[in-house]
Amino acid sequence: MSSTPADLFFTPDHEWVADPGGPRARVGVTAFAAEALGDVVFVSLPAVGDHVDAGGECGEIESTKSVSPLYAPVAGEVTAVNEAVLNAPELVNEEPFGAGWLFEVAPTAAADLLDAAAYAALTEAGA
Amino acid sequence: MTEPVTPPAPGRPPGRPPAPPLDSPLDSRHRAAGAKFTDFGGWRLPLRFGSELAEHQAVRQAAGLFDLSHMAQLEVGGPGAADGLDFALLGAPSLQAEGRAAYSMILAQDGGVIDDLIVYRLGRERFFIIANAANRAVVVEALARRLDGFDATLADVTLERALIAVQGPRALAIMRAAGLVRAADLGYYRAAEAEWEGWPVVLARTGYTGEDGFEVSCPKAAAGAIWDRLVLAGRPFGLARVGLAARDTLRLEAGMPLYGHELDRQTTPAEGGQGAFVRPKETDFVGRAALADRAVSKHLVGLIGDGRRAARAGYPVLIDGQVRGRITSGALSPTLGRPIALASINGPAPAVGTPVEVDIRGQLTPFQVTSIPFYRKPNQKDEL
Repeated sequence: MSSTPADLFFTPDHEWVADPGGPRARVGVTAFAAEALGDVVFVSLPAVGDHVDAGGECGEIESTKSVSPLYAPVAGEVTAVNEAVLNAPELVNEEPFGAGWLFEVAPTAAADLLDAAAYAALTEAGA
Repeated sequence: MTEPVTPPAPGRPPGRPPAPPLDSPLDSRHRAAGAKFTDFGGWRLPLRFGSELAEHQAVRQAAGLFDLSHMAQLEVGGPGAADGLDFALLGAPSLQAEGRAAYSMILAQDGGVIDDLIVYRLGRERFFIIANAANRAVVVEALARRLDGFDATLADVTLERALIAVQGPRALAIMRAAGLVRAADLGYYRAAEAEWEGWPVVLARTGYTGEDGFEVSCPKAAAGAIWDRLVLAGRPFGLARVGLAARDTLRLEAGMPLYGHELDRQTTPAEGGQGAFVRPKETDFVGRAALADRAVSKHLVGLIGDGRRAARAGYPVLIDGQVRGRITSGALSPTLGRPIALASINGPAPAVGTPVEVDIRGQLTPFQVTSIPFYRKPNQKDEL
Protein backbone atom coordinates (compact mmCIF):
# COMPACT_ATOMS: atom_id res chain seq x y z
CA MET A 1 0.00 0.00 0.00
CA SER A 2 1.41 3.31 -1.00
CA SER A 3 -0.55 5.57 1.36
CA THR A 4 0.51 5.32 4.98
CA PRO A 5 -0.98 8.23 6.95
CA ALA A 6 1.92 10.12 8.48
CA ASP A 7 0.11 10.96 11.73
CA LEU A 8 -0.57 7.33 12.76
CA PHE A 9 1.54 4.76 14.59
CA PHE A 10 1.81 1.08 13.66
CA THR A 11 2.55 -2.44 14.82
CA PRO A 12 4.43 -5.12 12.86
CA ASP A 13 1.07 -6.99 12.93
CA HIS A 14 -0.36 -4.36 10.57
CA GLU A 15 -2.51 -2.48 13.02
CA TRP A 16 -2.57 1.28 13.35
CA VAL A 17 -3.03 3.48 16.41
CA ALA A 18 -4.08 7.12 16.38
CA ASP A 19 -2.89 9.31 19.26
CA PRO A 20 -1.36 6.52 21.42
CA GLY A 21 -0.41 9.06 24.08
CA GLY A 22 -3.89 10.56 24.36
CA PRO A 23 -6.90 9.46 26.43
CA ARG A 24 -8.61 7.71 23.51
CA ALA A 25 -6.18 5.82 21.30
CA ARG A 26 -8.09 4.63 18.25
CA VAL A 27 -7.09 1.28 16.70
CA GLY A 28 -7.63 -0.24 13.26
CA VAL A 29 -5.93 -2.43 10.69
CA THR A 30 -3.86 -0.96 7.89
CA ALA A 31 -4.76 -0.81 4.21
CA PHE A 32 -1.92 -3.28 3.63
CA ALA A 33 -3.60 -5.76 5.98
CA ALA A 34 -7.06 -5.16 4.53
CA GLU A 35 -5.73 -5.81 1.03
CA ALA A 36 -3.95 -8.98 2.14
CA LEU A 37 -7.02 -10.30 3.95
CA GLY A 38 -9.44 -9.88 1.07
CA ASP A 39 -13.10 -9.16 1.75
CA VAL A 40 -13.66 -8.93 5.49
CA VAL A 41 -16.94 -10.66 6.39
CA PHE A 42 -16.88 -10.78 10.20
CA VAL A 43 -15.20 -8.82 12.96
CA SER A 44 -15.22 -9.67 16.65
CA LEU A 45 -14.08 -6.92 19.01
CA PRO A 46 -13.49 -6.51 22.76
CA ALA A 47 -16.35 -4.98 24.75
CA VAL A 48 -16.36 -1.48 26.21
CA GLY A 49 -14.88 -1.74 29.71
CA ASP A 50 -12.64 -4.71 28.89
CA HIS A 51 -9.02 -4.41 29.88
CA VAL A 52 -6.61 -5.29 27.09
CA ASP A 53 -2.89 -5.99 27.33
CA ALA A 54 -0.40 -4.69 24.80
CA GLY A 55 0.23 -7.53 22.36
CA GLY A 56 -2.66 -9.55 23.82
CA GLU A 57 -5.26 -11.13 21.59
CA CYS A 58 -8.52 -9.21 21.84
CA GLY A 59 -10.63 -10.12 18.82
CA GLU A 60 -10.78 -11.68 15.40
CA ILE A 61 -11.07 -10.58 11.86
CA GLU A 62 -12.44 -13.04 9.28
CA SER A 63 -12.26 -12.78 5.53
CA THR A 64 -13.80 -15.29 3.14
CA LYS A 65 -10.62 -17.37 3.22
CA SER A 66 -8.98 -16.77 6.58
CA VAL A 67 -9.32 -15.92 10.26
CA SER A 68 -6.75 -13.67 11.91
CA PRO A 69 -6.44 -12.70 15.56
CA LEU A 70 -6.57 -9.03 16.52
CA TYR A 71 -3.97 -7.87 19.02
CA ALA A 72 -4.25 -4.85 21.25
CA PRO A 73 -1.40 -2.53 20.29
CA VAL A 74 -1.61 -0.67 23.60
CA ALA A 75 -2.66 -1.67 27.13
CA GLY A 76 -5.67 -0.12 28.81
CA GLU A 77 -9.42 -0.06 29.11
CA VAL A 78 -11.57 -0.25 25.98
CA THR A 79 -13.59 2.97 25.87
CA ALA A 80 -15.40 2.52 22.55
CA VAL A 81 -15.98 -0.03 19.80
CA ASN A 82 -17.04 0.74 16.26
CA GLU A 83 -20.60 -0.62 16.07
CA ALA A 84 -20.75 0.30 12.39
CA VAL A 85 -17.96 -2.09 11.51
CA LEU A 86 -19.66 -4.95 13.39
CA ASN A 87 -22.69 -4.52 11.14
CA ALA A 88 -20.76 -3.70 7.97
CA PRO A 89 -17.36 -5.43 8.12
CA GLU A 90 -16.66 -4.33 4.54
CA LEU A 91 -15.82 -0.90 6.02
CA VAL A 92 -12.45 -2.44 6.93
CA ASN A 93 -11.72 -2.89 3.21
CA GLU A 94 -13.31 0.35 2.10
CA GLU A 95 -11.84 2.75 4.66
CA PRO A 96 -9.29 0.97 6.82
CA PHE A 97 -7.87 4.24 8.19
CA GLY A 98 -11.27 5.94 8.50
CA ALA A 99 -14.78 4.55 8.98
CA GLY A 100 -13.31 1.05 9.27
CA TRP A 101 -11.63 1.76 12.66
CA LEU A 102 -12.16 -0.98 15.24
CA PHE A 103 -11.96 0.18 18.89
CA GLU A 104 -10.53 2.81 21.24
CA VAL A 105 -8.41 2.31 24.34
CA ALA A 106 -7.49 4.60 27.23
CA PRO A 107 -3.79 3.67 27.38
CA THR A 108 -2.23 2.95 30.76
CA ALA A 109 1.34 2.69 29.52
CA ALA A 110 3.46 3.85 26.64
CA ALA A 111 3.61 1.35 23.80
CA ASP A 112 6.38 0.32 21.50
CA LEU A 113 5.10 1.37 18.06
CA LEU A 114 6.47 2.11 14.61
CA ASP A 115 6.14 5.49 12.98
CA ALA A 116 4.78 5.79 9.44
CA ALA A 117 8.20 5.73 7.80
CA ALA A 118 9.28 2.62 9.69
CA TYR A 119 5.99 0.88 8.89
CA ALA A 120 6.20 1.81 5.21
CA ALA A 121 9.72 0.37 5.13
CA LEU A 122 8.41 -2.82 6.72
CA THR A 123 5.63 -3.34 4.17
CA GLU A 124 7.90 -2.47 1.27
CA ALA A 125 10.28 -5.14 2.50
CA GLY A 126 7.40 -7.56 1.90
CA ALA A 127 6.24 -8.25 5.45
CA MET B 1 -2.98 -9.95 12.88
CA THR B 2 -0.83 -11.51 10.25
CA GLU B 3 -1.08 -15.23 10.85
CA PRO B 4 -4.12 -16.91 9.31
CA VAL B 5 -5.17 -19.67 11.69
CA THR B 6 -7.00 -21.65 9.01
CA PRO B 7 -5.14 -24.21 6.90
CA PRO B 8 -3.65 -23.03 3.63
CA ALA B 9 -5.48 -23.28 0.31
CA PRO B 10 -7.00 -26.70 -0.30
CA GLY B 11 -6.08 -29.19 -2.96
CA ARG B 12 -2.58 -30.20 -1.95
CA PRO B 13 -2.44 -33.87 -1.09
CA PRO B 14 0.31 -34.91 1.28
CA GLY B 15 3.53 -35.85 -0.42
CA ARG B 16 3.33 -33.44 -3.32
CA PRO B 17 6.90 -33.10 -4.50
CA PRO B 18 8.27 -29.63 -3.86
CA ALA B 19 8.52 -28.03 -7.27
CA PRO B 20 8.18 -24.41 -8.31
CA PRO B 21 4.55 -23.69 -9.20
CA LEU B 22 3.60 -23.72 -12.88
CA ASP B 23 2.32 -20.55 -14.53
CA SER B 24 -0.83 -20.49 -16.61
CA PRO B 25 -0.47 -19.46 -20.27
CA LEU B 26 -2.62 -16.48 -19.22
CA ASP B 27 -0.31 -15.46 -16.37
CA SER B 28 0.84 -12.16 -17.89
CA ARG B 29 -2.78 -11.13 -18.48
CA HIS B 30 -3.66 -11.87 -14.87
CA ARG B 31 -0.74 -9.82 -13.63
CA ALA B 32 -1.76 -6.94 -15.88
CA ALA B 33 -5.30 -7.19 -14.48
CA GLY B 34 -3.97 -6.80 -10.93
CA ALA B 35 -4.61 -10.36 -9.72
CA LYS B 36 -3.51 -11.53 -6.30
CA PHE B 37 -2.03 -15.00 -6.65
CA THR B 38 -2.01 -18.19 -4.64
CA ASP B 39 -0.39 -21.59 -5.07
CA PHE B 40 -2.90 -24.31 -5.81
CA GLY B 41 -2.34 -27.86 -6.93
CA GLY B 42 1.18 -27.08 -8.11
CA TRP B 43 0.20 -23.93 -9.99
CA ARG B 44 0.35 -20.23 -9.32
CA LEU B 45 -3.16 -18.93 -9.96
CA PRO B 46 -5.26 -15.83 -9.37
CA LEU B 47 -6.86 -15.95 -5.92
CA ARG B 48 -8.87 -12.84 -6.76
CA PHE B 49 -8.72 -9.89 -9.09
CA GLY B 50 -10.46 -7.36 -6.83
CA SER B 51 -13.19 -8.17 -4.33
CA GLU B 52 -13.90 -11.90 -4.22
CA LEU B 53 -17.44 -11.17 -3.02
CA ALA B 54 -18.05 -9.01 -6.10
CA GLU B 55 -16.63 -11.80 -8.27
CA HIS B 56 -18.98 -14.30 -6.62
CA GLN B 57 -22.00 -12.05 -7.16
CA ALA B 58 -21.02 -11.41 -10.79
CA VAL B 59 -21.24 -15.17 -11.47
CA ARG B 60 -24.64 -15.43 -9.75
CA GLN B 61 -26.07 -12.34 -11.46
CA ALA B 62 -24.21 -11.92 -14.77
CA ALA B 63 -21.15 -14.02 -15.59
CA GLY B 64 -17.61 -14.75 -14.55
CA LEU B 65 -14.49 -15.63 -16.53
CA PHE B 66 -12.19 -18.28 -15.05
CA ASP B 67 -8.73 -19.49 -16.01
CA LEU B 68 -8.71 -23.22 -15.26
CA SER B 69 -5.56 -24.06 -17.16
CA HIS B 70 -4.24 -25.90 -14.10
CA MET B 71 -6.87 -28.63 -14.47
CA ALA B 72 -5.51 -31.89 -15.89
CA GLN B 73 -6.54 -32.47 -19.52
CA LEU B 74 -6.20 -36.03 -20.76
CA GLU B 75 -7.04 -37.70 -24.05
CA VAL B 76 -7.95 -41.36 -24.24
CA GLY B 77 -8.44 -42.93 -27.67
CA GLY B 78 -8.49 -46.15 -29.64
CA PRO B 79 -10.79 -49.11 -30.24
CA GLY B 80 -10.42 -50.23 -26.61
CA ALA B 81 -10.83 -46.77 -25.04
CA ALA B 82 -14.49 -47.16 -24.01
CA ASP B 83 -14.05 -50.59 -22.44
CA GLY B 84 -10.77 -49.54 -20.86
CA LEU B 85 -12.41 -46.53 -19.19
CA ASP B 86 -15.31 -48.70 -18.01
CA PHE B 87 -12.69 -50.76 -16.17
CA ALA B 88 -10.66 -47.77 -14.95
CA LEU B 89 -13.46 -45.51 -13.72
CA LEU B 90 -16.78 -45.43 -11.95
CA GLY B 91 -19.68 -45.14 -14.40
CA ALA B 92 -19.90 -46.45 -17.92
CA PRO B 93 -18.14 -44.32 -20.52
CA SER B 94 -18.93 -47.08 -23.08
CA LEU B 95 -22.63 -46.27 -22.69
CA GLN B 96 -22.08 -42.53 -22.90
CA ALA B 97 -23.43 -41.05 -26.15
CA GLU B 98 -21.00 -39.14 -28.34
CA GLY B 99 -21.07 -35.48 -27.37
CA ARG B 100 -22.06 -36.21 -23.77
CA ALA B 101 -20.22 -35.29 -20.58
CA ALA B 102 -20.42 -37.30 -17.37
CA TYR B 103 -19.14 -36.77 -13.82
CA SER B 104 -17.08 -39.75 -12.69
CA MET B 105 -14.43 -40.86 -10.23
CA ILE B 106 -11.32 -43.00 -10.30
CA LEU B 107 -11.18 -45.34 -7.31
CA ALA B 108 -8.46 -47.26 -5.56
CA GLN B 109 -8.85 -51.04 -5.06
CA ASP B 110 -10.21 -50.37 -1.56
CA GLY B 111 -12.97 -48.10 -2.90
CA GLY B 112 -11.31 -44.83 -1.79
CA VAL B 113 -11.43 -41.95 -4.24
CA ILE B 114 -8.19 -41.20 -6.13
CA ASP B 115 -9.83 -38.28 -7.95
CA ASP B 116 -13.11 -36.99 -9.28
CA LEU B 117 -13.24 -36.00 -12.92
CA ILE B 118 -15.41 -35.25 -15.94
CA VAL B 119 -15.40 -37.61 -18.94
CA TYR B 120 -16.38 -36.15 -22.31
CA ARG B 121 -17.06 -38.54 -25.18
CA LEU B 122 -16.00 -36.67 -28.29
CA GLY B 123 -16.21 -39.61 -30.71
CA ARG B 124 -16.79 -43.34 -30.78
CA GLU B 125 -13.18 -43.98 -29.89
CA ARG B 126 -12.20 -40.60 -28.44
CA PHE B 127 -12.59 -39.43 -24.86
CA PHE B 128 -11.44 -36.26 -23.16
CA ILE B 129 -11.02 -36.17 -19.38
CA ILE B 130 -10.66 -33.21 -17.03
CA ALA B 131 -9.24 -34.10 -13.62
CA ASN B 132 -7.88 -32.12 -10.66
CA ALA B 133 -4.54 -30.37 -10.98
CA ALA B 134 -3.09 -31.75 -7.76
CA ASN B 135 -3.92 -35.32 -8.79
CA ARG B 136 -2.69 -35.17 -12.37
CA ALA B 137 0.34 -37.41 -11.88
CA VAL B 138 -1.50 -40.10 -9.90
CA VAL B 139 -4.45 -40.12 -12.28
CA VAL B 140 -2.21 -40.43 -15.34
CA GLU B 141 -0.25 -43.20 -13.68
CA ALA B 142 -3.35 -45.14 -12.61
CA LEU B 143 -5.06 -44.72 -15.99
CA ALA B 144 -1.96 -45.85 -17.87
CA ARG B 145 -1.77 -48.98 -15.74
CA ARG B 146 -5.47 -49.75 -16.04
CA LEU B 147 -5.65 -49.16 -19.79
CA ASP B 148 -2.74 -51.52 -20.36
CA GLY B 149 -4.18 -54.59 -22.09
CA PHE B 150 -6.91 -52.57 -23.77
CA ASP B 151 -6.30 -51.26 -27.27
CA ALA B 152 -6.19 -47.65 -26.05
CA THR B 153 -3.87 -44.66 -25.95
CA LEU B 154 -3.51 -42.09 -23.18
CA ALA B 155 -2.05 -38.60 -23.61
CA ASP B 156 -1.62 -35.93 -20.94
CA VAL B 157 -2.10 -32.71 -22.91
CA THR B 158 -2.39 -30.40 -19.88
CA LEU B 159 0.76 -28.42 -20.60
CA GLU B 160 -0.07 -28.00 -24.29
CA ARG B 161 -3.52 -26.59 -23.67
CA ALA B 162 -5.44 -24.04 -21.66
CA LEU B 163 -8.90 -24.25 -20.10
CA ILE B 164 -11.15 -21.21 -19.82
CA ALA B 165 -14.63 -21.14 -18.28
CA VAL B 166 -17.51 -18.69 -18.60
CA GLN B 167 -20.12 -19.25 -15.91
CA GLY B 168 -23.32 -17.45 -15.02
CA PRO B 169 -26.76 -16.57 -16.40
CA ARG B 170 -25.22 -14.47 -19.19
CA ALA B 171 -22.66 -17.11 -20.20
CA LEU B 172 -24.51 -18.26 -23.33
CA ALA B 173 -24.97 -14.71 -24.60
CA ILE B 174 -21.27 -13.99 -24.05
CA MET B 175 -20.14 -17.22 -25.73
CA ARG B 176 -22.30 -16.30 -28.75
CA ALA B 177 -20.99 -12.75 -28.84
CA ALA B 178 -17.43 -14.08 -28.76
CA GLY B 179 -18.16 -16.41 -31.67
CA LEU B 180 -17.44 -19.50 -29.61
CA VAL B 181 -20.97 -20.88 -29.70
CA ARG B 182 -23.01 -20.72 -32.87
CA ALA B 183 -26.64 -21.14 -33.80
CA ALA B 184 -26.85 -24.84 -32.94
CA ASP B 185 -26.18 -24.43 -29.26
CA LEU B 186 -24.73 -26.97 -26.95
CA GLY B 187 -27.09 -28.48 -24.36
CA TYR B 188 -26.29 -28.89 -20.67
CA TYR B 189 -23.56 -31.49 -20.04
CA ARG B 190 -22.80 -31.73 -23.75
CA ALA B 191 -19.45 -31.28 -25.41
CA ALA B 192 -18.36 -30.70 -28.99
CA GLU B 193 -15.25 -30.04 -30.98
CA ALA B 194 -15.29 -26.78 -32.87
CA GLU B 195 -13.04 -24.30 -34.57
CA TRP B 196 -12.48 -20.73 -33.43
CA GLU B 197 -10.43 -18.44 -35.70
CA GLY B 198 -8.73 -21.51 -37.10
CA TRP B 199 -7.95 -23.00 -33.67
CA PRO B 200 -9.32 -26.40 -32.70
CA VAL B 201 -11.26 -26.10 -29.44
CA VAL B 202 -13.35 -28.38 -27.27
CA LEU B 203 -16.50 -26.72 -25.99
CA ALA B 204 -18.39 -28.13 -23.03
CA ARG B 205 -21.47 -26.94 -21.19
CA THR B 206 -20.17 -27.90 -17.78
CA GLY B 207 -18.91 -26.05 -14.72
CA TYR B 208 -18.32 -25.88 -11.01
CA THR B 209 -20.42 -22.95 -9.87
CA GLY B 210 -24.06 -24.06 -9.84
CA GLU B 211 -24.78 -21.77 -12.77
CA ASP B 212 -25.20 -22.36 -16.47
CA GLY B 213 -21.86 -22.10 -18.18
CA PHE B 214 -19.21 -23.28 -20.56
CA GLU B 215 -15.68 -24.60 -20.47
CA VAL B 216 -13.37 -24.13 -23.43
CA SER B 217 -10.26 -26.22 -23.93
CA CYS B 218 -7.88 -24.75 -26.48
CA PRO B 219 -4.26 -24.96 -27.58
CA LYS B 220 -2.03 -22.92 -25.28
CA ALA B 221 -1.16 -20.57 -28.14
CA ALA B 222 -4.83 -19.63 -28.62
CA ALA B 223 -5.54 -18.99 -24.93
CA GLY B 224 -4.65 -15.29 -24.93
CA ALA B 225 -6.77 -14.49 -27.99
CA ILE B 226 -9.78 -16.38 -26.64
CA TRP B 227 -9.43 -14.78 -23.19
CA ASP B 228 -9.17 -11.29 -24.71
CA ARG B 229 -12.17 -11.92 -26.95
CA LEU B 230 -14.27 -13.09 -24.03
CA VAL B 231 -13.26 -10.08 -21.91
CA LEU B 232 -14.29 -7.78 -24.76
CA ALA B 233 -17.49 -9.65 -25.66
CA GLY B 234 -18.43 -9.94 -22.00
CA ARG B 235 -18.07 -6.28 -21.13
CA PRO B 236 -21.66 -5.26 -22.00
CA PHE B 237 -22.93 -8.28 -20.06
CA GLY B 238 -21.08 -7.53 -16.84
CA LEU B 239 -18.53 -10.35 -17.18
CA ALA B 240 -15.99 -10.31 -14.34
CA ARG B 241 -12.66 -12.10 -14.05
CA VAL B 242 -12.95 -14.56 -11.17
CA GLY B 243 -10.24 -16.07 -8.99
CA LEU B 244 -10.03 -19.23 -6.91
CA ALA B 245 -11.48 -17.63 -3.75
CA ALA B 246 -14.86 -17.04 -5.38
CA ARG B 247 -14.63 -20.34 -7.27
CA ASP B 248 -14.53 -22.06 -3.89
CA THR B 249 -17.53 -20.23 -2.38
CA LEU B 250 -19.50 -20.76 -5.61
CA ARG B 251 -18.92 -24.51 -5.66
CA LEU B 252 -19.65 -24.74 -1.94
CA GLU B 253 -23.03 -23.02 -2.31
CA ALA B 254 -23.76 -25.44 -5.15
CA GLY B 255 -22.87 -28.34 -2.82
CA MET B 256 -20.13 -29.63 -5.10
CA PRO B 257 -17.25 -31.62 -3.59
CA LEU B 258 -13.64 -30.45 -3.68
CA TYR B 259 -11.04 -33.18 -3.79
CA GLY B 260 -8.93 -33.13 -0.64
CA HIS B 261 -11.90 -31.84 1.38
CA GLU B 262 -15.05 -33.89 0.72
CA LEU B 263 -13.29 -36.64 -1.24
CA ASP B 264 -10.00 -38.40 -0.61
CA ARG B 265 -8.34 -41.80 -0.52
CA GLN B 266 -9.96 -42.62 2.84
CA THR B 267 -13.45 -41.89 1.56
CA THR B 268 -15.70 -43.90 -0.75
CA PRO B 269 -17.96 -42.07 -3.22
CA ALA B 270 -21.00 -42.72 -0.98
CA GLU B 271 -19.15 -41.48 2.10
CA GLY B 272 -18.21 -38.34 0.19
CA GLY B 273 -21.85 -37.65 -0.62
CA GLN B 274 -21.53 -38.86 -4.22
CA GLY B 275 -23.32 -42.21 -3.92
CA ALA B 276 -25.72 -41.23 -6.69
CA PHE B 277 -22.86 -41.61 -9.16
CA VAL B 278 -22.26 -45.23 -8.19
CA ARG B 279 -24.47 -47.17 -10.58
CA PRO B 280 -24.36 -50.90 -11.11
CA LYS B 281 -22.61 -51.98 -14.26
CA GLU B 282 -22.14 -55.39 -15.84
CA THR B 283 -18.41 -55.29 -16.23
CA ASP B 284 -15.66 -55.26 -13.65
CA PHE B 285 -14.00 -52.02 -12.56
CA VAL B 286 -11.32 -51.10 -10.08
CA GLY B 287 -12.89 -50.69 -6.64
CA ARG B 288 -16.00 -52.72 -7.43
CA ALA B 289 -15.49 -55.47 -4.85
CA ALA B 290 -14.65 -52.98 -2.13
CA LEU B 291 -17.73 -50.87 -2.81
CA ALA B 292 -19.87 -54.00 -2.52
CA ASP B 293 -18.26 -55.14 0.74
CA ARG B 294 -17.22 -52.02 2.56
CA ALA B 295 -19.70 -50.55 5.05
CA VAL B 296 -20.52 -46.87 4.72
CA SER B 297 -18.89 -45.52 7.87
CA LYS B 298 -19.54 -41.79 7.50
CA HIS B 299 -21.84 -39.38 5.68
CA LEU B 300 -21.49 -35.97 4.13
CA VAL B 301 -24.11 -33.50 5.32
CA GLY B 302 -24.88 -29.85 4.75
CA LEU B 303 -24.93 -27.46 7.71
CA ILE B 304 -26.35 -23.97 7.98
CA GLY B 305 -26.00 -21.51 10.84
CA ASP B 306 -27.03 -18.04 11.88
CA GLY B 307 -24.82 -15.04 12.38
CA ARG B 308 -21.70 -14.51 10.29
CA ARG B 309 -19.01 -16.75 11.76
CA ALA B 310 -17.88 -19.40 9.30
CA ALA B 311 -17.36 -23.03 10.33
CA ARG B 312 -14.12 -23.82 8.57
CA ALA B 313 -12.49 -27.02 7.37
CA GLY B 314 -11.29 -29.20 10.24
CA TYR B 315 -13.54 -27.78 12.97
CA PRO B 316 -15.24 -30.48 15.14
CA VAL B 317 -18.98 -31.06 14.79
CA LEU B 318 -20.95 -32.14 17.87
CA ILE B 319 -24.34 -33.82 18.09
CA ASP B 320 -25.90 -34.15 21.56
CA GLY B 321 -22.65 -32.90 23.02
CA GLN B 322 -20.50 -35.59 21.42
CA VAL B 323 -17.96 -34.98 18.67
CA ARG B 324 -19.37 -36.82 15.66
CA GLY B 325 -17.32 -35.49 12.79
CA ARG B 326 -15.57 -32.56 11.18
CA ILE B 327 -16.24 -29.71 8.79
CA THR B 328 -14.80 -30.48 5.35
CA SER B 329 -15.51 -27.06 3.78
CA GLY B 330 -17.21 -23.99 5.16
CA ALA B 331 -17.68 -20.30 4.49
CA LEU B 332 -20.02 -17.41 4.99
CA SER B 333 -22.30 -17.88 1.96
CA PRO B 334 -22.15 -14.66 -0.05
CA THR B 335 -25.56 -15.42 -1.60
CA LEU B 336 -27.39 -16.46 1.58
CA GLY B 337 -25.54 -14.18 4.00
CA ARG B 338 -25.34 -17.09 6.46
CA PRO B 339 -22.58 -19.56 7.28
CA ILE B 340 -22.80 -22.83 5.32
CA ALA B 341 -20.63 -25.91 5.55
CA LEU B 342 -20.20 -29.46 4.41
CA ALA B 343 -19.35 -31.89 7.20
CA SER B 344 -18.36 -35.52 7.39
CA ILE B 345 -20.30 -37.24 10.18
CA ASN B 346 -19.29 -40.66 11.50
CA GLY B 347 -21.95 -43.36 11.80
CA PRO B 348 -25.55 -42.93 10.69
CA ALA B 349 -26.50 -39.77 8.83
CA PRO B 350 -28.34 -37.18 10.94
CA ALA B 351 -31.70 -36.12 9.47
CA VAL B 352 -32.28 -32.73 7.91
CA GLY B 353 -33.22 -30.34 10.71
CA THR B 354 -31.01 -32.02 13.33
CA PRO B 355 -29.41 -29.38 15.56
CA VAL B 356 -25.62 -29.65 15.82
CA GLU B 357 -22.84 -27.54 17.28
CA VAL B 358 -19.60 -26.58 15.60
CA ASP B 359 -16.55 -25.90 17.74
CA ILE B 360 -15.42 -22.61 16.21
CA ARG B 361 -12.05 -22.01 17.86
CA GLY B 362 -13.34 -23.05 21.27
CA GLN B 363 -16.83 -21.60 20.97
CA LEU B 364 -19.69 -24.06 20.46
CA THR B 365 -21.85 -22.49 17.78
CA PRO B 366 -25.30 -23.78 16.78
CA PHE B 367 -25.86 -25.04 13.23
CA GLN B 368 -28.46 -27.35 11.78
CA VAL B 369 -28.39 -30.10 9.20
CA THR B 370 -29.81 -28.93 5.90
CA SER B 371 -30.17 -30.34 2.41
CA ILE B 372 -27.50 -29.98 -0.27
CA PRO B 373 -27.19 -27.88 -2.43
CA PHE B 374 -27.42 -24.70 -0.40
CA TYR B 375 -28.13 -22.70 -3.54
CA ARG B 376 -30.07 -23.61 -6.67
CA LYS B 377 -30.06 -21.35 -9.67
CA PRO B 378 -33.39 -19.88 -10.75
CA ASN B 379 -34.84 -21.32 -13.96
CA GLN B 380 -33.38 -19.71 -16.98
CA LYS B 381 -35.21 -19.17 -20.21
CA ASP B 382 -32.19 -19.43 -22.46
CA GLU B 383 -31.04 -22.76 -21.09
CA LEU B 384 -31.30 -25.55 -23.61
